[in-house]
Amino acid sequence: MSVHETSDQSRRDFLYVATAMAGAVGAAGVAWPFIDQMRPDASTLALASIEVDVSALEPGMSLTVKWRGKPVFIRNRTEKEIEEAKAVPLAELKDPVARNANIAADAPATDDDRSAGQGKENWLVMIGSCTHLGCVPLGQQGEFGGWFCPCHGSHYDTAGRIRKGPAPENLAVPKFEFISDTTIQIG
Amino acid sequence: MSGHSSYTPKSGLGKWIDARMPLPRLMYDSFVAYPVPRNLNYAYAFGGILSIMLVAQILTGVVLAMHYAADTGLAFNSVEKIMRDVNSGWLLRYMHANGASFFFIAVYIHIFRGLYYGSYKAPRELLWILGVLIYFLMMATGFMGYVLPWGQMSFWGATVITGFFTAIPLVGEWIQTFLLGGFAVDNPTLNRFFSLHYLLPFMIAGVVVLHVWALHVTGQTNPTGIEVKSKTDTLAFTPYATMKDAFAMVVFIAVLAYFIFYIPNYLGHPDNYTIANPLKTPAHIVPEWYYLPFYAILRAITFSIGPIDSKLGGVIAMFGSILILFVVPWLDTSKVRSAVYRPWYKLFFWLFVIDAIFLGWLGSRPAEGTYVAMAQVATAYYFAFFIIIMPILGLIETPKRLPNSITEAVLEKNKGGASVQPAGSAASPETKG
Amino acid sequence: MKTILKGLTALGLGLTLFSNMSFAQEAHVTAEPTHFPMIKPAELDWSFAGPFGTYDKGQLQRGLKVYTEVCAACHSMGLVAFRDLEGLGYSEAQVKAFAANYEVEDGPNADGEMFTRTAVPSDYFPSPFPNEEAAAAANNGAAPPDFSLIAKARSVERGFPTFVFDIFTQYAEGGPDYIHALLTGYDQEPPAGMEVPEGTYYNPYFIAGKSLSMAAPISEGQVTYDDGSPETVDQYAKDVSAFLMWAAEPKLEARKATGFRVMIFLLLFGSLVYLTKRKVWSSVEH
Repeated sequence: MSVHETSDQSRRDFLYVATAMAGAVGAAGVAWPFIDQMRPDASTLALASIEVDVSALEPGMSLTVKWRGKPVFIRNRTEKEIEEAKAVPLAELKDPVARNANIAADAPATDDDRSAGQGKENWLVMIGSCTHLGCVPLGQQGEFGGWFCPCHGSHYDTAGRIRKGPAPENLAVPKFEFISDTTIQIG
Repeated sequence: MSGHSSYTPKSGLGKWIDARMPLPRLMYDSFVAYPVPRNLNYAYAFGGILSIMLVAQILTGVVLAMHYAADTGLAFNSVEKIMRDVNSGWLLRYMHANGASFFFIAVYIHIFRGLYYGSYKAPRELLWILGVLIYFLMMATGFMGYVLPWGQMSFWGATVITGFFTAIPLVGEWIQTFLLGGFAVDNPTLNRFFSLHYLLPFMIAGVVVLHVWALHVTGQTNPTGIEVKSKTDTLAFTPYATMKDAFAMVVFIAVLAYFIFYIPNYLGHPDNYTIANPLKTPAHIVPEWYYLPFYAILRAITFSIGPIDSKLGGVIAMFGSILILFVVPWLDTSKVRSAVYRPWYKLFFWLFVIDAIFLGWLGSRPAEGTYVAMAQVATAYYFAFFIIIMPILGLIETPKRLPNSITEAVLEKNKGGASVQPAGSAASPETKG
Repeated sequence: MKTILKGLTALGLGLTLFSNMSFAQEAHVTAEPTHFPMIKPAELDWSFAGPFGTYDKGQLQRGLKVYTEVCAACHSMGLVAFRDLEGLGYSEAQVKAFAANYEVEDGPNADGEMFTRTAVPSDYFPSPFPNEEAAAAANNGAAPPDFSLIAKARSVERGFPTFVFDIFTQYAEGGPDYIHALLTGYDQEPPAGMEVPEGTYYNPYFIAGKSLSMAAPISEGQVTYDDGSPETVDQYAKDVSAFLMWAAEPKLEARKATGFRVMIFLLLFGSLVYLTKRKVWSSVEH
């Protein structure tokens, strides 16, 4: 008799637990679309890559384009700017990492690794969003002749590296490539 | 209903909270220990289903509003962007659109259940009136929500429905212009409808709290219509009513899911997939299906009554058909609450259900030929049911013998055909659990 | 409760069987018709119908070819982006190459001028007309409708009792059925005594009148298929109807696949809840 009662009870408990678990699975399944809809939608992701014509940029000229809703600075640097940037010893940098999405994540912040590289070192492509709290820095200003963020006073040099102020990192270099001599694809 | 609270906090934290803000006690008393009649059938599950539906509509609505743009130039395309680009957007939008329809299916069953079992009778008049108020708010919310996708039916539905107000003598035109924020349905209209469509569900939720409060004061009715007399008449809300309601909810949601995933546009109208065009009316304007009976009543009045022309008469009849629900507790003169023991009322009630469905079908037909005559007959019965049948039948009808208590009714039924009771007292299928 | 459930099941089965019997729609073509369309469209077998329906990608690709080579001369499809064409089974590179056939307006550039450039996958199908007025002016005053949603925006009313059966048969192909019927319905002669207005073309399947401003848009052999499908008006009409259904409801396959999983879950969960409920209530008479 008692054996029978026990098995009946355990069967009942199993039923309750199984129902509760199925309910939890259902609730999680229902919750998913509500979370899923927050992610960037298909049209936003589709704009993830843009092509920019830079044929009109003479040395010393900059272009700002919008990519993923943020400004991207494209600058054709002057010889003087390149030399200044190359002359800075790495030890003096606040952030010694290149922050360049096109090369290794731990690459040093040499001027070569910050710019478009050998042969195209006059080209600097950076996301124009201060690494402190996201304001847009002003070009060719500040103590190092590079960029200056007016919001909280961060100074970047001519290779977009943070030199002074609260920003923790160098301006980020997005993924880009020259698909022809005069066209850059960003993203 | 329940005398004093039987809640005893077990943990230290429970005691600490109970001494400061006894919310767990309120929850326990309302949804665990709360006694419900033991003979409730599945028709009584729709209250719970409706609260689930309200929550589902608010949740899907809040996330849809994250992607929707209330501007005549953007609204239609923003809805299509939800359908095409937003992750799971098609699912959320179909949940919301079909959820609205099923919200109304549930509320109609809930109202008919109330009419059948006499749930509006004393002492539940306020409970009933609050319910009708919720229904009224639901209709306003549903109407404004249908305008938001900015399709042809959205636009022309809004034009026609706000046009009702022009039937009011002298100030009608002014009221319509005031409601629209212009001379026609346009951007100001869309914006205010979006704002109100977002607001009203929370007002509904507020009235629902009052509705449930009133319910918990008087207690639920039951298929016998006899008030609870002793402890044996009731069971604890949890687990008995909760599990029964849960099963009904799953079945209801399964039917809703069938519509969402397999025929999501069945209850919609093709014309609403064409962007609103203020210069071109669709050949045949129909409102959402849940307004069709009232639309039929509106169009049934094709004649003038004294100084009231047919336009005003139609609008009065249409609003009257909803407003009359407010006074139902005083129209019904019967001393017996439940239709189970009222053979004639039962007959007229089912005729009324058929009449309402028939009016719904007529509302979807063009207003021409025999449809108009049929709508007039059906409208006449709609009003006669409330104004003539309910008061008179209550005075002349001989009800069947009532059991002495809920417990007696349950035991009697379970004895089955071998019962020595008169045949008339056997419970009808509707009372089965 | 059980009796009610049994009754409902029997009703559902009965209705389903009943609806499967063919209701031959008697063609009701008179010289002075009052209700349109005069002939209801035939119900075709679509690969995307029913609970497990999926699009036939080959058919969609043929339909796209018909759309781009024939319909697109007048009908825009502004809600469909080139990137969406990956849903037709094309690779990213193929979509890019397809988009490159189109020019879209962009701008303004640094000089404040609008300019045209080659389309990229994130662009939408460009409209053949700069605006609706131009479209109307070029087409005898009747602007050709946009095709993004046409397969959901057109559906011939089913009437009682068919619309009840449609719940159980999951009929949701009124749009493609209608488009196919319209495209293949031009070869019929108007009945004796009917006057067809100047500049319009008789078609008994047209949803809003006895004739429409669009002449028969496609003829046999007009579009070349490279997969060996017959190059007939009927086949063109089927393919473009299927394509337009995809354009209007691109998430149909995901919807039906998700639906199947949800229904299975609800069946299992519902059974468990029912058993629990029965267990809970087994100790009391009710």
